[in-house]
Amino acid sequence: MSKIKSAFENGKAFIAFITCGDPDLETTAAAVKAAVDNGADLIELGIPFSDPTAEGPVIQGANLRALSGGITTDKIFSFVKELRKNVEIPMVFMTYSNVVFSYGAEKFISTCRDIEIDGLILPDLPFEEKEEFLPTCHKYGVDLISLIAPTSENRIAMIAKEAEGFLYIVSSLGVTGMRNEIKTDLASIVKVIRENTDLPCAIGFGISTPEQVKKMADISDGAIVGSAIIKILEKYGKEAPKHIGEYVKTMKDAIK
Amino acid sequence: MTNPNGRFGIHGGQYIPETLMNAVIELEEAYHHYKSDPEFNRELTKLFNEYAGRPSRLYFAEKMTTDLGGAKIYLKREDLNHTGAHKINNVLGQALLAKKMGKTRLIAETGAGQHGVATATAAALMGMECVVYMGEEDTIRQALNVYRMRLLGAEVIPVKTGTATLKDAVSEAMREWTSRISDTHYCLGSVMGPHPFPTIVRDFQAVISKEIKEQILQKEGRLPDVVIACVGGGSNAIGSFYHFIKNDSVRLIGCEAAGRGIDTFETAATVNTGRVGIFHGMKSYFCQDKDGQIAPVYSISAGLDYPGVGPEHAYLHDIGRAEYVPVTDDEAVNAFEYLARTEGIIPAIESAHAVAHAIKIAPTMEKNKIIVITISGRGDKDCAAIARYRGEDIHE
Repeated sequence: MSKIKSAFENGKAFIAFITCGDPDLETTAAAVKAAVDNGADLIELGIPFSDPTAEGPVIQGANLRALSGGITTDKIFSFVKELRKNVEIPMVFMTYSNVVFSYGAEKFISTCRDIEIDGLILPDLPFEEKEEFLPTCHKYGVDLISLIAPTSENRIAMIAKEAEGFLYIVSSLGVTGMRNEIKTDLASIVKVIRENTDLPCAIGFGISTPEQVKKMADISDGAIVGSAIIKILEKYGKEAPKHIGEYVKTMKDAIK
Repeated sequence: MTNPNGRFGIHGGQYIPETLMNAVIELEEAYHHYKSDPEFNRELTKLFNEYAGRPSRLYFAEKMTTDLGGAKIYLKREDLNHTGAHKINNVLGQALLAKKMGKTRLIAETGAGQHGVATATAAALMGMECVVYMGEEDTIRQALNVYRMRLLGAEVIPVKTGTATLKDAVSEAMREWTSRISDTHYCLGSVMGPHPFPTIVRDFQAVISKEIKEQILQKEGRLPDVVIACVGGGSNAIGSFYHFIKNDSVRLIGCEAAGRGIDTFETAATVNTGRVGIFHGMKSYFCQDKDGQIAPVYSISAGLDYPGVGPEHAYLHDIGRAEYVPVTDDEAVNAFEYLARTEGIIPAIESAHAVAHAIKIAPTMEKNKIIVITISGRGDKDCAAIARYRGEDIHE
């Protein structure tokens, strides 16, 4: 049913995160295009939230820039509908529960289906609360992506058994953002996941260099990069897409 | 009032990152164990009585009663507690619990600084490390409390993100907790956040209504007609209400900070102007825009300047058991000055919101009726800000 697994069918997956509307939607469109053209296998589109409690300073900054630029959920939906004409790979939304809840879960998730969004990542919706949106996600065929953290331990099997789309493994404690070193024993986490599901799993949080992405992809089925891409947007603004293209190519080459 | 999943009606829950789930489960298990442990309760009662100075007085405000010419007014003097506010009740409970759990470090958010001071105090007493997150805006409004926390050995981190007020301090404390869990307890200051915090904080604050009930029965031989408290997250209010929830004859009134008025954008009156949402780990009422972006709220009171309200209050509102009324900056400042002049008691500007509503309703009530107002804290910390509000620049 899910298109997400196709992202993991051409070797290790490179997943790029981009905040919609940072600094504007034209730049977001060009950035997505550049990432896709240079080998990204899945795009995670961030819908900004005023108080993103799982994000470090870099992605917080992107959220604020996008919101002060006047971005709204409706504008993002129209934007993705257009974007879909040029992008075939799977795309998921990453946002916070209140954005979905406030819009109306039924209306939000049915629109996801209409504009061909394949999944939803909500970092403030743990296993215990997934019933909030899961029945609606099932109704419209949108995968609700589960996250697994370094502290999940005895919870990994439970989460993996009921997961859909892919499993998002949080590499480290703390919030999103680049890290010099990732110390978590991720191989052990992946082992437990494999024992409980056939779904692919990808590692995110703190990954920015080709060495790191290779290491993470070697352990799992792919890697997710967010803050490093947002940094490029922060630095180059409207000129960022071509730099993002080059960066994605370097990262994708590292895991080929 | 809590069901097993930490729900109060539709409100509450655990909307938090997976990284924190085992930490809140561990906390829930530990709390479940210790809340009925005689030794834990003995230690906590000793701290309440010997250290915090409980029970706090229930004071008959005779001059205020005569002046307003209506219902008899009693003040529950939480301002007389050690550290000057009700916050110490919750903090002593959580710090003791954290210590039993083997934690060596407390982190906390603070708005007005009262919860931060209380946490720093408990950390000093129990030999724990303490880090307090405080909105940068609030570190300016409440500079004295910043100094007090540092004096008590805590590190105060000014939070510059968002509106640089209480909600941002909560967000930053939650972020910090995800990065360091094993030795750290997040000592949440109000009846908010993910389960089990709303229940734990309520239980530790419920000592307020337990005492009010005993004290009023002794003084008046009957229950009060009205209990009034201010509501930000709502910890002193739920503490004041809790043992009266089943007594239907007792009206429970929570006073929200209306700021410049509930018809303006400069307000923090969540129940009056917000709608149901999901934020800071809970489902409840929040001030937010049509896209669910959390609104930049405003109140003269740093302690009530929060865009949400505890889930149990949201539930008490839904079922009509408690009323939530807006009180403006102006009304609160007038009440602050009124109580000082009339009773010689300077209340916290937060508590002055409750006093303001009592001033409105007492004259409309018969003389044999009884109102209890919880004075959640003392107002020394607010003097400079109120002076500024009145156009007077004083140096602290």
